[in-house]
Amino acid sequence: MSARIGVVTFPGSLDDADAARAIRIAGATPVALWHGDADLHGVDAVVLPGGFSYGDYLRCGAIAKFAPVMSLIIEKAQSGLPVLGICNGFQILCESHLLPGALTRNDHQHFICQDQKLRIESTETLWTSDFALGQEIVIPLKNGEGGYVASEATLDELFAENRVIATYQGGNPNGSYRDIAGISNKAGNVVGLMPHPEHAVEALTGPTTDGIPFFASVVKSLVGAS
Amino acid sequence: MARVVVNVALKPEILDPQGRAVQGALGRLGLGGVTDVRQGKQFIIDLDGDLEGDRAALMEKLAEELLSNPVIEDFTLTVEN
Amino acid sequence: MIDSVEAAKTNPLSEQPWAELGLKQDEYESIKKILDRRPTSSELAMYSVMWSEHCSYKSSKVHLRQFGDKAPKTDALLVGIGENAGVVDIGDGWAVTFKVESHNHPSYVEPYQGAATGVGGIVRDIISMGARPLAVMDPLRFGAADAPDTRRVLPGVVAGIGGYGNCLGLPNIGGELVFDESYAGNPLVNALCVGSMKHADIHLASAKGVGNLVVLYGARTGGDGIGGVSVLASETFDADGPAKRPSVQVGDPFMEKLLIEATLEVLHAGLVEGIQDLGGAGISCATSELASNGEGGMHVYLDRVLLRDASLSPEEILMSESQERMCAVVTPEKIDAFMQLCKKWDVEAVVIGEVTDTGRLVIEWHGETIVDVPPRSVAHDGPVYERPFHRPSWQDALQADAPTPERLARPESPEALKQTLLDLISSPNLASKSWVTSQFDRYVLGNTILSQPENAGMIRVDEESGLGVAISTDCNARFAKLDPYAGAQLALAESYRNISVAGAKPLAVTNCLNFGSPEDPEVMWQFAQATTGLADACLELGIPVTGGNVSFYNQTGDTAIHPTPVVGVLGVIDDVDRRTPMAWEDDGELIYVLGNTADEFAGGEWAHLQGHLGGLPPKVDLPMERLLSEIMVAASRDGMITAAHDVSDGGVGVAITEMALRANIGARFWIPDHIDPFVFLFSESTARAIAVIPRTEELRFTEMCAARGMSATRFGVVDSGLGADSGHPDEQVIVFDSLFTLTVDQLREANEATLPALFGG
Repeated sequence: MSARIGVVTFPGSLDDADAARAIRIAGATPVALWHGDADLHGVDAVVLPGGFSYGDYLRCGAIAKFAPVMSLIIEKAQSGLPVLGICNGFQILCESHLLPGALTRNDHQHFICQDQKLRIESTETLWTSDFALGQEIVIPLKNGEGGYVASEATLDELFAENRVIATYQGGNPNGSYRDIAGISNKAGNVVGLMPHPEHAVEALTGPTTDGIPFFASVVKSLVGAS
Repeated sequence: MARVVVNVALKPEILDPQGRAVQGALGRLGLGGVTDVRQGKQFIIDLDGDLEGDRAALMEKLAEELLSNPVIEDFTLTVEN
Repeated sequence: MIDSVEAAKTNPLSEQPWAELGLKQDEYESIKKILDRRPTSSELAMYSVMWSEHCSYKSSKVHLRQFGDKAPKTDALLVGIGENAGVVDIGDGWAVTFKVESHNHPSYVEPYQGAATGVGGIVRDIISMGARPLAVMDPLRFGAADAPDTRRVLPGVVAGIGGYGNCLGLPNIGGELVFDESYAGNPLVNALCVGSMKHADIHLASAKGVGNLVVLYGARTGGDGIGGVSVLASETFDADGPAKRPSVQVGDPFMEKLLIEATLEVLHAGLVEGIQDLGGAGISCATSELASNGEGGMHVYLDRVLLRDASLSPEEILMSESQERMCAVVTPEKIDAFMQLCKKWDVEAVVIGEVTDTGRLVIEWHGETIVDVPPRSVAHDGPVYERPFHRPSWQDALQADAPTPERLARPESPEALKQTLLDLISSPNLASKSWVTSQFDRYVLGNTILSQPENAGMIRVDEESGLGVAISTDCNARFAKLDPYAGAQLALAESYRNISVAGAKPLAVTNCLNFGSPEDPEVMWQFAQATTGLADACLELGIPVTGGNVSFYNQTGDTAIHPTPVVGVLGVIDDVDRRTPMAWEDDGELIYVLGNTADEFAGGEWAHLQGHLGGLPPKVDLPMERLLSEIMVAASRDGMITAAHDVSDGGVGVAITEMALRANIGARFWIPDHIDPFVFLFSESTARAIAVIPRTEELRFTEMCAARGMSATRFGVVDSGLGADSGHPDEQVIVFDSLFTLTVDQLREANEATLPALFGG
């Protein structure tokens, strides 16, 4: 009985099918979750995928946070449900206050799609335990609003508590403070990541397969726990 | 009939690349001495009846929680009756 | 006072603004004859948009007929010309549909929205065939790269394509970026979309079944782009620029994304009898086309249309080009289910009419009949012009002015040849396009196998079997200016070659024919020549034209753009795992050039850099292209080949540079015997490709080429260790024996600096 990982589809979600594929490749069963249903169907973990939920209207992720499914996810995340927010998903997690800080317009004002080098800074979270500390990986980055910002106090706290899970290497692609590409909550079950691991799971279509361990990490922790 | 106008802008300490781009453009088009430009949003909300009591409090709350992101934005709210 | 049919009968002599709406006197008379009375103002509005050049193809129809008349017999074509897009069988019960369209004039007026709505329109064409869109591509052409107007238009166009396409979740897998003075004031923004479906899912735009309901769904109707097609696309700009500025269409990609999902769901649930997207000419087009393709009659209640702007008149509603709207024909039994699915996706839908058997399209406005016309007269039986054409008086002189060594001094010394290569790869047309392509998402959907800068865009259609399709669009308009017949054939040849080099078998063709004014007999001659050339070449290569688009009136004043027949070829590959990428991999791999190199520089990129355009373009050799294609596809399928690249702009020198940059690995080359180095490096002879073969496959590969009569000349070998001996330790270098050495970093710097320097960081 493999782990079941939910993928939420909001109106405008784009990378939900890709997240489902990545989950399959990592050996778990993807479960489609509809934004309008306050029902998680007993999944063991949740992925908030990339895209332009609600057209990015108002602010990226601002309207999605009020979706019926989100109130349930917020509640469960606060009790330990593993949640991974990718790109737009990261934006939704920040808007929902499951993660601190916010994502703003890329400093150079363009949408950018490129193969991005990252360094894994923490392997203590449920989504990064399958990496080696300091491991350098390459996965696609594609966004227009990817600049992570937070107060100095928050940034200091994130680093001090080992909650920055990945940083940009080889140049900062979007103006994110302190080159932050991904962060986690205190408990390490909620992770937000700007770049897209779900696009680096097949050698044929991605720059690498470096995205798989994000999903394999949570599968291992779930299988281990059951 | 009430009209609520909510102005939202990035907090001063947050980089505003759009404001900066506009500042550059103003300068190039001949307007000297522009010391700063901030780009924000304005919401114009027309309501039936008056805005008072609980309703006013809710409007204020929504301005803070929906219309703006307090982590990075400030807002002002004015009511025109 | 509404101008109803009754009013038209009682006031037959009212003055009508047919000229302001873009109609000609004889067309107006024709309408009166068809209706046996004067048209109402609503009918006049409908005819004016539907009979515009952009919608009716009145100047091009007689020439486009050749694509049908000369269509090669093929089992692969499931839906031919005439529908929204052609549909091609690719095997295993799968079909793909693809089409390219133009949005040139709107992109000059409002670059972001013009380009964005161009993407939106072509995507809707694809979903209205019943297909799920898979990818987009964009052939783009602008004036000189350093012209101020290019600086105004290009960034907005690129941002618009990205802004719309990225939000839809469609990977952008390729296109073209061409700079030529000829396009100053008339940028060409063409948009392509490809989609897939199972055979059973193919839907046609017809309204069948008397009593079935006509549903308008998607965005509300507003005043967008009213008269866009008739006023904008059918008239030229005057020299002062975009004087005509009707409201430009504004796109909402989020609404389109919802529309795509809702449409695919209603199609798969079997809830739809016929479907049509609303593009140019909006409701006028959708209703008249659906009606004329079906039972022949429709009754529409125009006041039921959901409006964004309540002040719109019925004429304006009929002409509105508000984006993100579709029209479906649904049986009464299924309408509730249809509405439910729309509601799920927050897409507004309203029943605006029903199918009838009256043979008339009747439109009511608050109880009064304002339109009562035979739908075919609007949608299909518009005017057909036989525009006069003649060969330009300057054509002979142009063709006589060949770039001979006497006419244009050629580089001879190794230093000069080296500099020529650097000049070419840093020129705007050949420089790296990643400043543009990095603004597009190429990863979404997870099925992009090849994208820019590879030879073709390739998408995996079936994740289980690996079945995939490849597409390329190409056109060298300078070739077409020298000889439009050959130029169109050369565009097809290049696209055909690009597909084949990636390992896909060419199957079908689409085209976007961008020309000047059809009222200019010299332009019309170019158009006639190009369409004939393309039709003849398609017949010879055995691949049919499935559909396409014509954009006329691309000119400012009297100066037309170069004739630009953009040709797109689609091919199929059984297993995308076998695809041939551009980058070589390992030391010792052998680098071959296939085909024959002759002294052919007319219309090519080196001549362009010298400011010269004259002579006859490189010779077309379709049998050789076919042979090359078969060899490249076989080599790919049978695992004989590591990498490949077609030889085109800038010749062999540029091709191997592009491969080296992609691989980031050096190689050693030598000029083959009996050929002049300048000619070998930079000539643009056709039917050639670079093939990189592992040593273990060399014998098998060369024997295959020999057996089939394809010349294969080894002229290089991959070598990552050349740096030390050439004075660049720890670097990758390209060495051309007895000529020059360049490091890959030097080549990269020259190639990648150009566009960012021109268009900002």
